[in-house]
Amino acid sequence: MSEAGLAVVTAVENVAERLETERTRLTELDSAIGDADHGGNMARGWAAAAETVGELDDPDPATVVQTTGKTLLSEVGGASGPLYGGSLVFAAAELDGGVDRESVVGFAETYLEKVQGRGDAEVGDQTMVDALVPAVHTFTKSIETDDLPPGEALAKAVDAARRGVAFTVPLRASKGRASYLGWRSVGHQDPGATSTLFILETLAETAQTLDIDVPDTADATSPTIPEAEDTNG
Amino acid sequence: MKKLINDPEDVVDEMLDGMISAHPDRLRRLPDTQVVVREDHPVDGKVGVVSGGGSGHEPTHAGYIGDGMLDGAAAGEVFSSPTADEFEALIEACDAGDGVLAVVKNYEGDVMNFDTAIELTEMTGTNVATVVVDDDVAVEDSLYTSGRRGVCGTILVHKAAGAKAVAGADLEEVQRVAQKVVDNVGTMGTALTSCVTPEKGEPTFDLGEDEIELGIGIHGEPGTERTAKMSADEITEELTESVLSDLDLSEGQEVVSIVNGMGATPLMELFIVNNRLQELLGEHGLETWDAWVGDYMTSLDMEGCSVTVCAVDEELKELLGATVDTPALTAQ
Repeated sequence: MSEAGLAVVTAVENVAERLETERTRLTELDSAIGDADHGGNMARGWAAAAETVGELDDPDPATVVQTTGKTLLSEVGGASGPLYGGSLVFAAAELDGGVDRESVVGFAETYLEKVQGRGDAEVGDQTMVDALVPAVHTFTKSIETDDLPPGEALAKAVDAARRGVAFTVPLRASKGRASYLGWRSVGHQDPGATSTLFILETLAETAQTLDIDVPDTADATSPTIPEAEDTNG
Repeated sequence: MKKLINDPEDVVDEMLDGMISAHPDRLRRLPDTQVVVREDHPVDGKVGVVSGGGSGHEPTHAGYIGDGMLDGAAAGEVFSSPTADEFEALIEACDAGDGVLAVVKNYEGDVMNFDTAIELTEMTGTNVATVVVDDDVAVEDSLYTSGRRGVCGTILVHKAAGAKAVAGADLEEVQRVAQKVVDNVGTMGTALTSCVTPEKGEPTFDLGEDEIELGIGIHGEPGTERTAKMSADEITEELTESVLSDLDLSEGQEVVSIVNGMGATPLMELFIVNNRLQELLGEHGLETWDAWVGDYMTSLDMEGCSVTVCAVDEELKELLGATVDTPALTAQ
């Protein structure tokens, strides 16, 4: 298995584990303003994705991401299937040429574009977009303007997403199931923004643990993963 | 609750197989999916017309598969959208090369999963057009929607699009007539009792013995008003006036009307509603060109009905009156 592909499989497995841990928390958030199925749906979907990508034979990163997206599409259902899964399927194409600084930015931006296009949501609508927009913008700026390594850029993106999630609490939902509640949605943290943050946090932790070296261009050297270190940072 | 089910988990699966066994010469199920298609799919030389959505609305959707209506339909779990990969399989199975029209009811899950499927199939070169049905005049935004809900008017969209496709029209034309129905149709429903979903096994919402809910959705979503029970005539007046004030038709306009049963209402009661409906249409100076009465778009075992009115011109009359041969709707 290519090391880069293996790294993405590990990331998917870690996300599955994290969402299983957070299942109850997400369901609690969703029962306040939705139909109390977000935790279960996400945990079930990502567990299926982890199992499926674990069975792939020597996959490249794009294939792992695409398979993850397709599994989420068929397992998660509702609106979350297209939002979390469909967006991954389409964004995976950005990684077709390999993983490098340019393609990870392209991946993040396409993912965001697909989520916003599908859900027709803007920042301030109390949705996952409130976490995703600051995260992707911070990620892109950190790489393109500040010239940070993608791992560090991802850590900064997580901070931005965290602020975005906190920002959903005082909002009134105007998209998604919670919008039906009108003003009653004020004071609740959005479950979709929260699960998006959990996914980003796990990706950042995985990148840090594996210490992935993303090359400037994919054809320079393929991404390498040093021996796993016994480290928290 | 006494129900003719085995395991709640298996209701959709067993229903689809049972439906296909009843119509083996017409229907097929795509392997490993909940997608039902015409036995002779894809039909050459014709735009494909597909639909789909949650189960529990039978005979919608698979009951309308056949000559002059749908080429296939995806069935989700009870009151849940089919997933995008199922819609993708449906579209691909019904494309004979002339493109596919997807008829989507306006629920967030349905719209997003259909849209994702369309984008996926377009990557492989399939030409897909969409029409979103939002005929429920009762509420603007609701539990599952932004904008209005798609309900019984969908049947007329299936019918018009299916007939246009059989006539050999191209995808753009098939989409145009489907949209024409959407632009001219309105529906409002009422519930006398709540439906019971197999999974929950008890009423979805509480409605007192002497209460009804006006503007109810086909999943038991809240309507506009909960009120004391009324006579059939009074209920018909409430529903019809709401629809007509929304459509704002001119005197002399020809219409197709539908009195649709929600699943557990006797046909006798639906005819009683139709009796008053036709009087009301006449009082408004409208001319009924065709009146449909029956269970077309149900909500499991909910008691109640919906009233649909669609303004028709010569083109829509020809399409809605065209020959059709499906398990749930036949006309020569």
